[in-house]
Amino acid sequence: MTFSVLAGLKKFNIPHQFEVKNIYEYYAKWIREKKLNVNSDWNKDLKIKFTVQDPCQIVRKSYGDPIAEDLRFVVKTVVGEENFIEMTPNRSNNYCCGGGGGFLQSGYKEARLEFGRLKDHQIQSTGANYCIAGCHNCHAQIHELSEHYGGGYHVVHLWTLICFALGILGENEREYLGPDLKDVAVYGA
Amino acid sequence: MTEEVIRLGPKKKSKFLDQVMAILPEGGNLNLCLTCGACSSGCPATGLDGLDPRKFLRMAALGMDDEILKSDWVWMCTMCQRCIYVCPMKIDIPQLVYNARGSWPREARPKGILGSCDMALKDESCSAMGASPEDFQFVVEDVLEEYRETQPEFGDMQAPIDKEGAEFFLNQNSREPVTEPDEMVPLWKILHIVGADWTYGSKGWGGENYCMFLADNEAWEHITRTAA
Repeated sequence: MTFSVLAGLKKFNIPHQFEVKNIYEYYAKWIREKKLNVNSDWNKDLKIKFTVQDPCQIVRKSYGDPIAEDLRFVVKTVVGEENFIEMTPNRSNNYCCGGGGGFLQSGYKEARLEFGRLKDHQIQSTGANYCIAGCHNCHAQIHELSEHYGGGYHVVHLWTLICFALGILGENEREYLGPDLKDVAVYGA
Repeated sequence: MTEEVIRLGPKKKSKFLDQVMAILPEGGNLNLCLTCGACSSGCPATGLDGLDPRKFLRMAALGMDDEILKSDWVWMCTMCQRCIYVCPMKIDIPQLVYNARGSWPREARPKGILGSCDMALKDESCSAMGASPEDFQFVVEDVLEEYRETQPEFGDMQAPIDKEGAEFFLNQNSREPVTEPDEMVPLWKILHIVGADWTYGSKGWGGENYCMFLADNEAWEHITRTAA
């Protein structure tokens, strides 16, 4: 889904015969329907810790806490409940990472990194090795925050983790996995 | 921002405040501010360029439009709406920011956002990175073919474009097809496994929209209509 499409349809009264949905909802549905037979067995011994970014556009500004719950259901299923750590605050009350609203392209880099200080602190406080960011703006900004403030956490897409847990993630589909997971359960190897 | 004391004259009309109040239900509650500061205390943009959401709203309420237009702060607020979420009166400050952005001459707005918006207006892809419908189709087909061959379990995986009657229309952020095409594949695999009937579009496939960030309503509308 794209926030701009959802908001644009409404703002400009554009007639349409479709619904704008976010894929988190479908990931959760497909897991519940057992179409995606995914589990966290791979992380039983590794115990790698994950936190999750609630993207403003998807959670607070579009679908609210119910989609945040779907997101958590998917993440906990994939990494194991005991390996999931919440940022505080979270869900609809989460802080923006600073990548949104065009900030990544606007040229005010110093201000953007200062804006993100709060997000970086939130993530570092969880102690997680990975931050899951299912939004391209969040993904790019948080990646840069980790480098800039030296947190050393990795930032991953949700699709990467789902395929990883299914054992179908090939060696070229691991751009954002850290060295701890780069060579684990490589499909076709 | 100025260090001098600001002297308030007779109340001036704020263009932004009037515009926003005219378009929002119940006037966007812009007159209901209790000045409690909940917005500013939880705003990551507080302090940048000497401003914060409460101060910004007070400036608009006092008709300080010129001072608002002199500050770059409107480009440092991401319009994330957390201020509305925590506000006891649900005041829509981000809409005020959006309109203030729109009051900048178009060519004076940040070059990076402007460039990405103009790039998206170039053709029907609406991609901020300027990938044409043909480029997109080529990359998708090329990557699909490679994976079908090298990962036999996915030999009949699909990544259709403009498939009629498909249940899902999938947006694709330009970053993958343009800079890291292999990253498109995990999602295709998931859709393949669950048997989803989906398609990309050759028109309006670009999932990003910098015209919205630019506060260019006409261009935002064009892109949304293309996607629809």
